[in-house]
Amino acid sequence: MPTILRPQTFPPYLYRMLQSILFLLLLVAAFGLFAWQVRKIRANILVGRDRDMSGHSAERFRKTLLVAFGQQKMFKRMTPALLHLVVYVGFLVINIEVIEIVIDGLFGNIFGFHRSLKFLGPVYDVLMATNEILAALVIVAVAAFWWRRNSNPPLKRFTGPELRMWPKLDANIILYIEVALMLALFFMNTADLKLHQMRGEDLPGTFPVSNLLVGLLPSSEGTLHVLERLGWWIHITGILLFLNYLPSSKHFHIIMAFPNVWYSRLVPQGQFSNVESITNEVKAMMDPSFVVPPAPTAPDGSALAPTPFGAKDVDDLPWTNLLNAYSCTECGRCTSVCPANLTGKLLSPRKIIMDTRDRMEEKYNSPLIFRPNVYGAEAKHEPITDLANATLLRGKVTPEELWACTTCNACVESCPVNINPLESIIEMRRFLVLEESAAPNSLNVMFSNIENNGAPWAFSPSDRFNWADDLFAAEKPAKAAVA
Amino acid sequence: MTPEAPAKKQITVPVMADLAARNESPEILFWVGCAGAFDDRYKRVTRAFVRILDHVGTNYAVLGLEESCTGDPAKRAGNEFLFQMQAMQNITTLNGYGIKKIVTACPHCFNTIKNEYPALGGDYEVIHHSTYLQQLINEGKVGVTGGESFKGRRITFHDSCYLGRANNIYEAPREVLAALDADLVEMKRSRANGLCCGAGGAQMWKEPEPGKKDINIERTEEALATLAGKADALANLGGVETETAAPGTHDLQGSIIAVGCPFCMTMMSDGVKNKEQEANVQVFDLAELVASAEGINA
Repeated sequence: MPTILRPQTFPPYLYRMLQSILFLLLLVAAFGLFAWQVRKIRANILVGRDRDMSGHSAERFRKTLLVAFGQQKMFKRMTPALLHLVVYVGFLVINIEVIEIVIDGLFGNIFGFHRSLKFLGPVYDVLMATNEILAALVIVAVAAFWWRRNSNPPLKRFTGPELRMWPKLDANIILYIEVALMLALFFMNTADLKLHQMRGEDLPGTFPVSNLLVGLLPSSEGTLHVLERLGWWIHITGILLFLNYLPSSKHFHIIMAFPNVWYSRLVPQGQFSNVESITNEVKAMMDPSFVVPPAPTAPDGSALAPTPFGAKDVDDLPWTNLLNAYSCTECGRCTSVCPANLTGKLLSPRKIIMDTRDRMEEKYNSPLIFRPNVYGAEAKHEPITDLANATLLRGKVTPEELWACTTCNACVESCPVNINPLESIIEMRRFLVLEESAAPNSLNVMFSNIENNGAPWAFSPSDRFNWADDLFAAEKPAKAAVA
Repeated sequence: MTPEAPAKKQITVPVMADLAARNESPEILFWVGCAGAFDDRYKRVTRAFVRILDHVGTNYAVLGLEESCTGDPAKRAGNEFLFQMQAMQNITTLNGYGIKKIVTACPHCFNTIKNEYPALGGDYEVIHHSTYLQQLINEGKVGVTGGESFKGRRITFHDSCYLGRANNIYEAPREVLAALDADLVEMKRSRANGLCCGAGGAQMWKEPEPGKKDINIERTEEALATLAGKADALANLGGVETETAAPGTHDLQGSIIAVGCPFCMTMMSDGVKNKEQEANVQVFDLAELVASAEGINA
């Protein structure tokens, strides 16, 4: 082995410089790759139909603060809310340390400093101590999460045909990565602490957990130095890898939850969207003087292909519904309160959201890891051989699921990040009814009753006022004002 | 005061077309809805509500034969075209009479007219009869005395989706019930966590999809377990992880499931029959309870 490669003779400044350059390259590569993935996802979301969600900034800001930052809707269920809060706050606070790691990695090596935020003094002590305590709590919370998912039987909402294979693995991978990152953090701090103790120096910061762990590490300065470096590199590399794992994972919700809540609907949940093109047709039918506004044209003035009523595929859905799909962390609160699902029907609102994401990635841009759900007989799916039918509707979501919905809004109410599965369900019902005339027969009877009798039942319209016949009230002496 | 074979008076329901012919306009239009007009059970609710309107001397009117389906079931089923046809027709009628304020006993009509008609040119102040009854009680116009006493009877309120989650009205029906001086008990799944009766979204007109249970049975079981105070029965229902049921068992005799929606009325009544509890547990609409307590429900 040539002498030059042996660390003992490798000039220290070169070694430090090499670390800095390596770190810079890693950082640029990681953020570059992440930006590239985000661009693809952005493009996926923008295949959706236009929908004006501008304005109402004050209300949107308040909602984002409460629901996304404040996790307001999580607190409907205390146990998972508290566990999640630990991981969430841990994530936010530990990210401050990541800033330090980045500064250290870029410049600390070259200029020979370490723990660049130590100038904060007592604040640094508090920061490091909080970090360590939160990191320990995160490990506990993650263990609890793992148990809730993997015990036998797991929590009911972590089951279902849409939560096998990749989604199940993905959920566990996230938990394993989180534990690994926390362990690397402790590894790094403990080695650093012990190194300083052996040299008789004071390590800036307070490390309540690492203090307990110093005994576990060997007492050789050289080894400790390597271990500290190893912990540092594993921690930051792990974070950058995790960042790039997000777009392939349900864990992307940590970013997408914020825009999703920002762009959530501000109208009452019972208000379903109006279909403008139908309004024009109906107005033209009822009022011959009504002038139908010209259909939108392509930028070059040519006519656009007519858009179908409702949604057959992802590009027929409003873009906000596609944003929904990327904000979903597959927690299953929606499905666990769905009256149809509770009583054994095929419908699972979570599945519809997950199918939407799978379909977008199948048809347009897919992330680094893309393993869409494949359903079998249990979800009453027949293998799709004909690609033209591989659309969201029928290719992934069956009419049986859609017709089981009572439009009760329980799923919408339950979602901690304001996803609205009901809108997608109604859009697909619209396609079934208006484009394919494929409503269940009994509903077609109801439609024709409304058309012919002005009531959903087969009653004669002339009997509509019969309820008022022979209407008597018990006579009551005129009431003196009741206090 | 005991109601001893009270005298009856006939009510002639004022029709909008007649008022318009006399150049009069009502303070409020009572939108009856198809269930309120045709469904035998819900007609009794319509009649009870009219007795209250008449009793307090409200200047109201109904559209009578000019009313038509709001289009709600068509819209929820995805038939946007039929919905808009119905909506435009109703809006033309309502705007023609210059209607400003509407009260209805159906949460589906309420939601549709209040939230979905404005985009099509129909802007009205729409209130559900639970809110209206609450106002009458608060104003002292209805004392909820002089008739049937509900003191000590166990009542649980079943939230309608289109009143509750759809429009955030949870307190008005409960305040109305509170005026009855009964024993109100809450189901585990109530208010924003309320479980649908199973009839929304046009399910009223079709058979349910294959499953292991009907939704109204699940909900009725919860209501009955709540009224009976059976904590173990409640624990077995797939509810949300919230409060636990009040302990202590009660005789179901004389208990009431209160509703504020015609579809919930049908579904809960069917559920009670399915559980063979119709001799013990009755399903009533808020308007019926108020009219009975007031002693005007002939």
